[in-house]
Amino acid sequence: MTGSSDLSSPPVIVLDNLVKFFGRFAAIRGISASFAPGRLYVLLGDNGAGKSTLLRMVAGLMEPSQGSFTLLGTKSHREVAHRVGYMGHAPLLYDELSGMENLRYFAGLYGLDDDAVCRKAMKMVGLDPELSRRIGQYSQGMRQRLSLARAVLHDPELILLDEPFSNVDVHSAREMAAVLGRVRDKGKTIFVVTHQAALMEGVADEFVHMAAGQIVAREEAVRKAAASNAEWTPR
Amino acid sequence: MTTIGVTRTTLLKDLRMEWRSKDAINSMLFFALLVVVIFSFAFNPTAEESRRIAGGLIWVAFLFAAVVALNQTWARELRNQVLDAYRVSPAPPNALFLAKAIGNFFFVVVLEALMAPLFVVFYDLRSVGPVWQLIVVALLGTWALVVNGTFFAALSIRTRSREIMLPLILFPISIPALLAMVDATTSILTGEASPDFWIKMLAVYDVVFTAVCLLLFESVLNAE
Repeated sequence: MTGSSDLSSPPVIVLDNLVKFFGRFAAIRGISASFAPGRLYVLLGDNGAGKSTLLRMVAGLMEPSQGSFTLLGTKSHREVAHRVGYMGHAPLLYDELSGMENLRYFAGLYGLDDDAVCRKAMKMVGLDPELSRRIGQYSQGMRQRLSLARAVLHDPELILLDEPFSNVDVHSAREMAAVLGRVRDKGKTIFVVTHQAALMEGVADEFVHMAAGQIVAREEAVRKAAASNAEWTPR
Repeated sequence: MTTIGVTRTTLLKDLRMEWRSKDAINSMLFFALLVVVIFSFAFNPTAEESRRIAGGLIWVAFLFAAVVALNQTWARELRNQVLDAYRVSPAPPNALFLAKAIGNFFFVVVLEALMAPLFVVFYDLRSVGPVWQLIVVALLGTWALVVNGTFFAALSIRTRSREIMLPLILFPISIPALLAMVDATTSILTGEASPDFWIKMLAVYDVVFTAVCLLLFESVLNAE
């Protein structure tokens, strides 16, 4: 197995009977599970299965109605916020700013004021740091890639990605999946919510199947030898 | 990630975005301009009458104009759900609030600076009291409006009719400040009474409400 996946290390996330209600509707119904570090998990399931809700709770955007979870060894999200990267369903970017301006601002929130960090993140996802266009004029795919750059800008240990491939063409999506594989190979733990499981085959370590607010199956994936080290080649 | 550092970064980002879009400043200016012109036609006051009613007119105009800008304070953060990116970051929640409040303060002060000469011309205003006291009242009064406005705008962002909700919550809570602003301004313009009590009241109001808003903002930001 490539990368630094280590099942004997303390789990990066431990969910303990997690429940989330929206009114009377239970979106998450008593999930207990733990996830080892340095692995790439793919959360699969139909719409309404609770994948995004689970990810938002782990990201600290929602409080569980019942139960608790431990994230990177602590129950306080704020303590480890700088070690977690989150990419939402929406781009989480300002339309009125350029790509670099967006990244500079978000880097500032993590105490980073080095332009090189932003440039590296832009290049990693195949975007030109010199692009002065405001992102309101970007294509959906470009926004999605910039959103990924924003999520990994501060080199987090745990990366949570909600539908990173939506509105991205197949070629770019495959490149993104390869980038995620390389990031995982550096020892990061990645959770990807997607409906495009095929894209993650050969890259993922584990497929986590969800239905009706519960984890119904966990399936070890077959990984290819190593993710390519080639640079991103957007078309 | 100090509060001051993140406040400065967020403020500069907001100023840059406003400079590009001019959404808030344009709508405030047009609104305040309309109020000045319509009131001057409606009342056609003499110089003496103007001094007596100008305090109320000026602050009502600025209050309504400020609400237009305050409603847009968080709109940019809701578009593309950018607020979530801030919430998952380790940046202090109060830095976001301070940046928004200071940004709004700046916009409303710019509006006041642009509108003050028009008030003087349209209402033939001449201050009997010292003008520097008017500046103190303007700064304290503006902070009173924007600190509460920014907070309550944040409180109402998740409501469906937030444009209506903001004035409904903001106006009642601003009544003490509004009273102080109007009475202090009228006292200075007419020179008939000392504005000291009202200025002190405004200062106390500012300190109390700034502290309360800072204490509660994290809960408002993370409310579901």
